Amino acid sequence: MKRFIVRRIGYALLSLVVLSLTIFVFVRLTGDPAVLLVEPGASKGDIDAIRTDLGLDRPLFVQYALFVKGLVRGDFGRSFYYRTPVLDLYLERLPNSLLLALVAMAFSLLIGIPSGILAAVRVNGWWDGAGKVFALLGLSMPSFWVGLLLILFFSVYLGWLPSSGSGTPWHVLMPAFALGWYFAAAHMRLTRSSMLEVLGSEYIKLARLKGLPEALVIGKHAFKNALIPVLTLAGINLVLMVNVSVVVETIFAWPGVGRLLYEGIAFRDFPVVQTTVILSGVMIVLVNLTVDLLYAVIDPRIRYER
Amino acid sequence: MSVSRADTSRAAALTVAWRLAAFRREGLPLFPIAILTVLALLAIFAELIAPHDPQVGLLGERFRPPAWQQGGSTAHLLGTDHVGRDVLSRLIFGARVSMVVGFTAVIVAGVIGTTLGILAGYLGGWVDQVIMRVTDAWLAFPALTFAIFLAAIVGPSEMNIVIILALVYWTRYARVVRGEVLSLKERDFVRLAIVAGCSKRTIMKRHILPNVVNSAIVLATLMLGIVIVTEAALSFLGVGVPPPKPAWGLMLADGKKGLMAGYWWLTVLPGVCIMLMVLSANLLGDWLRVKLDPQLRQL
Repeated sequence: MKRFIVRRIGYALLSLVVLSLTIFVFVRLTGDPAVLLVEPGASKGDIDAIRTDLGLDRPLFVQYALFVKGLVRGDFGRSFYYRTPVLDLYLERLPNSLLLALVAMAFSLLIGIPSGILAAVRVNGWWDGAGKVFALLGLSMPSFWVGLLLILFFSVYLGWLPSSGSGTPWHVLMPAFALGWYFAAAHMRLTRSSMLEVLGSEYIKLARLKGLPEALVIGKHAFKNALIPVLTLAGINLVLMVNVSVVVETIFAWPGVGRLLYEGIAFRDFPVVQTTVILSGVMIVLVNLTVDLLYAVIDPRIRYER
Repeated sequence: MSVSRADTSRAAALTVAWRLAAFRREGLPLFPIAILTVLALLAIFAELIAPHDPQVGLLGERFRPPAWQQGGSTAHLLGTDHVGRDVLSRLIFGARVSMVVGFTAVIVAGVIGTTLGILAGYLGGWVDQVIMRVTDAWLAFPALTFAIFLAAIVGPSEMNIVIILALVYWTRYARVVRGEVLSLKERDFVRLAIVAGCSKRTIMKRHILPNVVNSAIVLATLMLGIVIVTEAALSFLGVGVPPPKPAWGLMLADGKKGLMAGYWWLTVLPGVCIMLMVLSANLLGDWLRVKLDPQLRQL
């Protein structure tokens, strides 16, 4: 167990090193990073100052060491536009993104789990067919288009919901639905296949042989076990949602980290872009590590693999 | 006995119908193939089909609704946008952008990913370690965020988009291909090739590559949809195809300007095009997956 944990943490650290190297190399590959990291229209003196700051006149490995040192200390640079440290900006926006992701997750589970169960119980029936169509549409309709359609319908034609901004519970509904839409399809697919697997197992046959009513067999015995992989995926997806919401947050002017990334592009605020990308990579590496470790705790078979 | 012309043409028609029916029996997915064919034809013959120049508009003609609505005219069948450009023409030329960017990116990513996957799987050792560590770390970036980061560095152009998408998505191929190579490596025909004295290079090229091509093609088809959505998202955010080029994602971004005024055609129509193309790619990919490569079914 200990060896397993150590190895997994080692992999995670290695991933973080590769991530930082990737960012480091790409920024330098395309030319002069000082130009990217300095405000547009800055004087030659400013550019030279940045150059010595980053140590661009020194060997590459020294530059990389300086870069990593900054990251470890939480020094991600300053935003040109807001003139504050990028990390502060990021942490300020993060709760909004988490709120959006939580509501989106609720939507996706409320749609995905019941429809997945129905599709599995009535396999190859009408519900299953409808579920397949829904899953395909979920994968094929980009979330930003869903968001625009929602605005068109609920804000413009019906005038029920505010089209952008934040503040009231009404504001979160449409962006959350647009964001959750894609994930609802994924959760439905997994619920269906997980349910089918459980329903074919021995203990379900036994429960049926005992003469338990079908509703109890499905609702209590099958559902509970089928839920485990779905909830695992949901946990990973929650973090993913925070990090892929850039387009949805842009459309609805939702003040989260995705919107911050968009502002970074729009205002040519490169430190903001770089930080958002690094932090989303770090977050996902950490979540994957957590899931691996939790699984090893729950299921001993995994520990001895490899 | 002479055969009349009507008979032969009827026989020909019957043969065609029978062939189509046979395709149906084999489950050839007619819907996605039809959609993709139409889009490909539109993309190739855009200049001949499009009624107007997609990049030039008349400001006096701005925000015209589609022809069947009040105020629409047959000159602009699907209406005009915020600077008076013909929506139908832009949609047709947009098919070209999506097709070219989508296919090129999928192919470039496929070539990079398959090559590295084969090298990692067959050579093993430190080559495998290096390639797979990079693959794992890159898979940890959310694709869209990573693409935005790269786009912010190199700036928008169609060529850059293809490179960016290839850089972001080759990892998926590398993973799948490496896994397959690991099992192929143990098969008898590869061992025989080693005994026969083939060089590693020859084995990878002549014996391994042909056996992973199927999976790579299935994956490429499934990736086509993802790549097109990513391209649209990048263009929508202003780091993709540069304006005034007619890309569907850009049209959606422009359409936002008329959204609150209820100019629905600017938002609905480009999205429908994206959806049809992605849907077709997904359906075709699913079908290919079942036909070509049963092992990939769990993916």
